[in-house]
Amino acid sequence: MPTTDQYEGLLAETVSITGHGGDEIHAYFAKPLTEDPRAAVVLFHHFPGWDEWYKEQTRRFAYHGYLAICPDLYCRLGHGEVDDVAALARAQGGPPDDQVVGDAEGAGAFLRAHGGSNGKVGLWGTCSGGRHAFLVACRSDGFDAAADLWGGGVVAAPDEATASRPVAPVEFTADLSCPLLGLFGNDDQSPTPEQVDRHDEELRRNGKDYEFHRYDGAGHGFFYYDRPAAYRAEQAVDGWEKVWDFFGRKLGGK
Amino acid sequence: MCTTITETVHLDGSAKGARGWFRVDRANLGYDHPFHADLDHALTLDFVDETGLGDRVAVEIPLDAARRLLVALGAAVERAEAYESAAR
Repeated sequence: MPTTDQYEGLLAETVSITGHGGDEIHAYFAKPLTEDPRAAVVLFHHFPGWDEWYKEQTRRFAYHGYLAICPDLYCRLGHGEVDDVAALARAQGGPPDDQVVGDAEGAGAFLRAHGGSNGKVGLWGTCSGGRHAFLVACRSDGFDAAADLWGGGVVAAPDEATASRPVAPVEFTADLSCPLLGLFGNDDQSPTPEQVDRHDEELRRNGKDYEFHRYDGAGHGFFYYDRPAAYRAEQAVDGWEKVWDFFGRKLGGK
Repeated sequence: MCTTITETVHLDGSAKGARGWFRVDRANLGYDHPFHADLDHALTLDFVDETGLGDRVAVEIPLDAARRLLVALGAAVERAEAYESAAR
């Protein structure tokens, strides 16, 4: 966090990165205008898409001293208003897991190649993005910390498998390659408390470095201040403190 | 995409969107987080054309409203089919 006598500057812009399969995709990139090396974070947008809330959080990470990038996981579908693109993604069952892993690795490579990087890159996502953060942390060894915020579908029954999501990420828990932070609302329907229990058990059984924080009085999306039915101010404030503390310890963030 | 509940119906009709009438080729139905309705989950109903990113008429309603809509749709279809039978 900057002090009041400190110069502050921020750059936020759309960039192109090389994603899965060598595809060029758009990403929103934000960074503090400082010279010292910084930790970095890849943000996975939620199911409603590459929207204003996610771009705002990308800038928020930059304000807190991180290089931050949010790839447009729906970029290959075409372009239009964000809810129309996300509706198309929904109708198609969401981006394939393999593609998300490839896009995340491309985003990580972009960040590490940036002159201001300290070499550490974290993963952060909410909703389907929380699932993606955990999935990538298991399927790639190129990241240093991951935060799964109420990721639905991490634990799923075999009959819920789809072409895009052939394996529930919890099945990859043994391969988790970095420390994990999980934030969950106890009133959530996806993931349910029972699914979070199952995830917790798998992490413990595999001896992973993780911490889960579970909030009473909160359901799905309790950080979303623009959604009155979901937002829980007290839990969101505490949750953000957990995020900054976790990435500060694991990535050497400011 | 937190529920993976989606259904698609191919059809042929018209709908009126922000830019006027357009041809509708499919209806995409789902139950997931809505974009606009202040609900955790909503029954979503999109009338779209096959291009997917052209015009779209989007509806997001609570599950109980979806159930009432389903009953009303069934009743309207039954009466329409009886009307057509009588006319033959």
